[in-house]
Amino acid sequence: MIGLEHYLTVAAVLFVIGIFGLFLNRKNVIILLMSIELMLLAVNINLVAFSSFLGDLVGQVFTLFVLTVAAAEAAIGLAILVVFFRNRGTIDVEDVNAMKG
Amino acid sequence: MIQSDLSIILPEIILAVYAMAALMAAVYTSKDAMAPLLTWVTGGLMVALAGWIATNGEGTNIAFNGMFIDDGFARFAKVAILLAAASVLVMSQDYMTRRGMLAFEFPLLVALSVVGMMMMVSAGDLMSLYMGLELQSLALYVIAAMRRDSVKSTEAGLKYFVLGALSSGLLLYGASLVYGYSGTTLFSGIILTAQHGEVSLGLLFGLVFLISGMAFKVSAVPFHMWTPDVYEGAPTPVTAFFATAPKVAAMGLFARVLYDAFGLAVADWSQVIALLSVASMFLGAVAAIGQRDIKRMMAYSSIAHMGFALMGLAAGTVFGVQAMLIYMAIYVTMNVGAFAFILMMEKDGVPVTDIRSLNQYAKRAPGRALAMLILLFSLAGVPPMLGFFGKFYVLRAAYEGGLAWLAVAGVIASVIGAFYYLRIVYYMYFGDEGEGLDKSGSPVLWGFLMASAAVMLLGIINMFGVEGAAAAAAAALVN
Repeated sequence: MIGLEHYLTVAAVLFVIGIFGLFLNRKNVIILLMSIELMLLAVNINLVAFSSFLGDLVGQVFTLFVLTVAAAEAAIGLAILVVFFRNRGTIDVEDVNAMKG
Repeated sequence: MIQSDLSIILPEIILAVYAMAALMAAVYTSKDAMAPLLTWVTGGLMVALAGWIATNGEGTNIAFNGMFIDDGFARFAKVAILLAAASVLVMSQDYMTRRGMLAFEFPLLVALSVVGMMMMVSAGDLMSLYMGLELQSLALYVIAAMRRDSVKSTEAGLKYFVLGALSSGLLLYGASLVYGYSGTTLFSGIILTAQHGEVSLGLLFGLVFLISGMAFKVSAVPFHMWTPDVYEGAPTPVTAFFATAPKVAAMGLFARVLYDAFGLAVADWSQVIALLSVASMFLGAVAAIGQRDIKRMMAYSSIAHMGFALMGLAAGTVFGVQAMLIYMAIYVTMNVGAFAFILMMEKDGVPVTDIRSLNQYAKRAPGRALAMLILLFSLAGVPPMLGFFGKFYVLRAAYEGGLAWLAVAGVIASVIGAFYYLRIVYYMYFGDEGEGLDKSGSPVLWGFLMASAAVMLLGIINMFGVEGAAAAAAAALVN
């Protein structure tokens, strides 16, 4: 029988993978965007699982809001990435270093 | 009824509809040629809305079944946000027009982010909190990267975006846990499950994630790493905006969540906030010492100031919230003046941000140097400037809230922090001879600099009534 705790565990694992993807990734900014997306989707699993477990629709409404915002966020992230690429000619994480300190 | 709900959020609706209508109008007519006009109109609209909110609000109004709360606290924060945003818009118009970087989107993105900020301080539900926060953040990511041809500006935008999205993710994960373990997203429902001071472990986890997400937005240590890079890389008017209105909104959101949703479990969060506060004050004070770039220095200065504002929250009392609101109002006024000065720093038409370029500035522009001296003393918290009273209020709140160690730490941090403010004064009055800055800048900037400095001196008489307004606002939040 699959219960609430299984869903929460999957969501927690995905969320942690997302955070590690942000911090350990040294290659490519696109991977950062994917990690962010993974974090938001992990939250969605959480919300839907809670919603179903509580018998309360609010969590699923919240999920729809999160999905929409995540789409807008990805669009803005890619747009910023494009202007950065035009200036710098690279999207390697290690080259995002014009400022330090 | 929907009419009464809509009438409560009318200021937000007006600003949002204005922003969208102006966007369409500018796209279909003269585009960037309209930008200076749009900047002034947006600023004027914000001032008008601030006046309306300040004079018209009565009591506590709840809209959309508790998702939106319009109370004294929200109105205080909204007036501060609107006035700060309007000041920064008006200040940046001349600077940006002369450098050909004033796009018509800029005032409208600022307007949209202000709508988000107004939602944040009025949020009564995790969903309206999240939507307000994202509306604010998404607009801010874009204006950070507004100079599309500059490596620094786009890099600032990229860093802000990645770390901002991470913080939204943390906050959202916290929100999902809070929803799961309390069964509701309404703050008024969450507070019922935290009655008797007993909070379940899941709810506590959610609270910690929420706090870390919000700490990112106020740039409290250890979630501050984006601040210096974004402040340095973004165009100076954008930095001025980042340092003022969003900070008020984020602190307002912080207070809103802690008191409206977890107000019965003060013991559970007060220590966490105290820890954030002490870390921010010390890191802000120490790390700014090594900075040569004035925008980077202001970033660390803002981290330290947020530490002081959090001290008021950590006290967990009505007086603590009042102290935090007074501190934020004073902080915003000081920063508007300081950034008016930074916007005037240029040589041969090129903006300069190195603090050593201020050598002997007092000889060339004694009036401005004196105004900046007053502002820097105020930022450092030297009596009798207004900045001292802001610090005095939060220190007293922490002491009365049983956090005497935090108050002592605050005094020590403010003494360390005074060094880097006073170093600028030293450069301006006793620095080496050398090629200095031009005496340039528009009359608008000069006016804001002088007005802000005058407020720092004249405000000590009665604080222009801010003290009473903050007391009423705090009482509205903490029932």
